[in-house]
Amino acid sequence: MNLQALRARLSYQTLLLGSVVLLTSGALALASRTTEADIQAAAARDLKQSLAQVLPGQYDNDLLKDTVMIAAPDGEVTVYRARRAGKVEAVVFQTVGRGYAGPIVCIMGVARDGQLLGVRVLKHTETPGLGDKIEPAKDPWIYEFKGKSLGDPSADKWAVKKDGGVFDQFAGATITPRAVVRAVKSGLELFAREKPRMLGEAKGDQS
Amino acid sequence: MSYARIAKDGLWDNNVVFAQMLALCPTLAVTGSATNGLGMGLATTAVLLASNMLISAVRHLVSDEVRIPVYIVLIATLVTLVDMGLNAWAHELYKVLGLFIALIVVNCAILGRAESFASKSPVLESAADGLMMGLGFTAALVAIGGVREILGSGTLFANAHLLLGEGFAFLELTLIPEYRGYLLMILPPGGFLVVGFLLAGKRLLDRRRAARAEIEAVPQAAVS
Repeated sequence: MNLQALRARLSYQTLLLGSVVLLTSGALALASRTTEADIQAAAARDLKQSLAQVLPGQYDNDLLKDTVMIAAPDGEVTVYRARRAGKVEAVVFQTVGRGYAGPIVCIMGVARDGQLLGVRVLKHTETPGLGDKIEPAKDPWIYEFKGKSLGDPSADKWAVKKDGGVFDQFAGATITPRAVVRAVKSGLELFAREKPRMLGEAKGDQS
Repeated sequence: MSYARIAKDGLWDNNVVFAQMLALCPTLAVTGSATNGLGMGLATTAVLLASNMLISAVRHLVSDEVRIPVYIVLIATLVTLVDMGLNAWAHELYKVLGLFIALIVVNCAILGRAESFASKSPVLESAADGLMMGLGFTAALVAIGGVREILGSGTLFANAHLLLGEGFAFLELTLIPEYRGYLLMILPPGGFLVVGFLLAGKRLLDRRRAARAEIEAVPQAAVS
């Protein structure tokens, strides 16, 4: 029987479709196994880079391995701990704000005394040209947070200037910086609430 | 079909964006800047070349009745392989292109070429078609992205070094210094406007060329 006649048969078509799917999923499984380690290494490198941005200074532990999960109002947060001589000097964790066009994922570094070491935006979908001034490449605005803490400025001043606070807003975009300020404030509040566990100094905690 | 014809089709006469009007969704989405257009174009070209060759190679085995699912599975697999490979071994490039690669799966131009060309043509011709269609797509995206970027932010090829390496930093131009920006052009409406005007421009050129060819053809016809 020639190929032409064979191709028209239902059994051939079923078999063809089945074998194509089998072959391609085999290829994908193989590729996934080969690339998995390299992809994880690359992701870890990326994470390390963004951690380093909000964590100036030298620490002597591997942050990626020294983590603790903390329950936050909207789900669990992974807290990375930076130690010097065994003592936790600073922590880094993510905080998410509700921006104009979707979630704004920020990463913040907090020293053990509650002072902000730095804030960066990891991911956002804000309007280019207006809201994207939260990226350090576009505007130095995000550096304003460095050195601030829950007491400085006082709680009612933790807002953009339009709302009576101390932080600048952008011309034409208030929602975006407001969301970031709120996210950072809630991150600091989380730190204040969970400080013993974040620093690994809670009673009965051996880590 | 001659290779010259294939090249002319892909680059101009049957251009993916400006003649077939395919792949408009990724086109509008990524052409906020010329660099993004270039990145999307190059990634699509690579996938189109590979998918055209693969589909042409198996064209005698595939029954008409199941060809669409077979093509889609093959294209999606190719795109995923490229995605994983880049993520693992060219991570810096992946961070720039990663967004576009996932979009290629839904780029109907690729299935369109598989269906209308690769499934009926030998492997080498299909490869040429994939390459030329891809380059035509790239040229269209760079043109749209370039116009939007110049009008929208006054620069051209900003951040090209992230895509092509430090050696291409010379491409990055600031054409209008101290430009306050024209946000509309960067936002989706700007994409529609620029595609529309460029499309009208191409049609105008084509019509003029056709009219000139007609005028030149008339005396010859009279003589014979």
